[in-house]
Amino acid sequence: MIGTDEADEITQDVFVRVWEKLGSFRGEAAFGTWLHRVAINVILGRRKQLGIRRERFVDGEKAIGKLSSNPKGAETAIDFEAAMELLPDGAQQVFVLHDVEGYKHGEIAEIMGITSGTSKSQLHRARMILRDYLDR
Amino acid sequence: MNDQWTDRLSDYLDGELNAAERAELEEHLSGCSECSAVLEQLRQVVARAQSLEDRAPESDLWSGVAERIGAVSSVSDLDEHRRRKHERLSERRFTISLPQLVAASVALMVLSAGSAWIVSRSGSAASEGVTPTAANGAGLVADAPAQLATSYDAAVLQLERILEESRSRLDTVTVRIIEENLLIVDRAIAQAQRALAMDPASIYLQEHLAATKRQKLEFLRQAALMAGAVS
Repeated sequence: MIGTDEADEITQDVFVRVWEKLGSFRGEAAFGTWLHRVAINVILGRRKQLGIRRERFVDGEKAIGKLSSNPKGAETAIDFEAAMELLPDGAQQVFVLHDVEGYKHGEIAEIMGITSGTSKSQLHRARMILRDYLDR
Repeated sequence: MNDQWTDRLSDYLDGELNAAERAELEEHLSGCSECSAVLEQLRQVVARAQSLEDRAPESDLWSGVAERIGAVSSVSDLDEHRRRKHERLSERRFTISLPQLVAASVALMVLSAGSAWIVSRSGSAASEGVTPTAANGAGLVADAPAQLATSYDAAVLQLERILEESRSRLDTVTVRIIEENLLIVDRAIAQAQRALAMDPASIYLQEHLAATKRQKLEFLRQAALMAGAVS
């Protein structure tokens, strides 16, 4: 995941990109859907740039596997939001868009260029992982 | 606990199963405490996710954005933008006629879906006895250049007013996105107007200002369409 400074910088990148691409918005999708697609592309682009560093610290998809056991009261236990950050990319994006932002699977499919079925299975995967990280 | 059932718990929770599938799963749940427990945990995960709050940026991000898109700040922040908009709306709360809206729309090349929406949304048409037709629409186009500036401002105000009234029907994220983008467009318009004031004969600046205004009108139209779609 990214830090606060990088989040601010990426937010600026998103709005600059939106400004540059506003003329290409044709209204075929809802504006929010289009904007999220732009935002996700910017974020994924930035993640590629940060890829090596991210692997070093987080180790991507493997991270959540390492932390799959989150026993109550353990010193190594992580909280819900930290666990969200460690979700595999696809599951994390679907989870945020669906459960945090309230998008429907059809919209998520359009934003992410996946099928509704994939969106549903990624959401379920994320929720099943996060069960172990509910606040205690 | 069986994967065949647990894999469908999220769909069940989200109301994505059809009646037969739902009944089948509920029958299983009534006899499987393990699946029932998982379902409850999934409910808690969803509730936890929904309780997360947006975090504001550490600092004002506009200056960085403005620098990169070449805009000059004319409005200090979003709150100021909102305050000015409310002032404008309360001072000039009037309903323009349908022909004015149509003229502005046609002249600004946003006739397509915009006019249809304006026609469908305008409650003043019937009371004023105005019936939009291709014939009077064409006549209005001929008069449009002279009325353009006034019609544009009026169309923008009308759309802003409708958007303001529809605000409660949009989710917070969408409202924030709309306001932030309007702020960006308003600043770009202000910058273009200042540049044009210094160089009134510049064709480039005139076209740039017109294009930016078109962008705002189109953006407002899209936002109002979106608001209408959820109403």
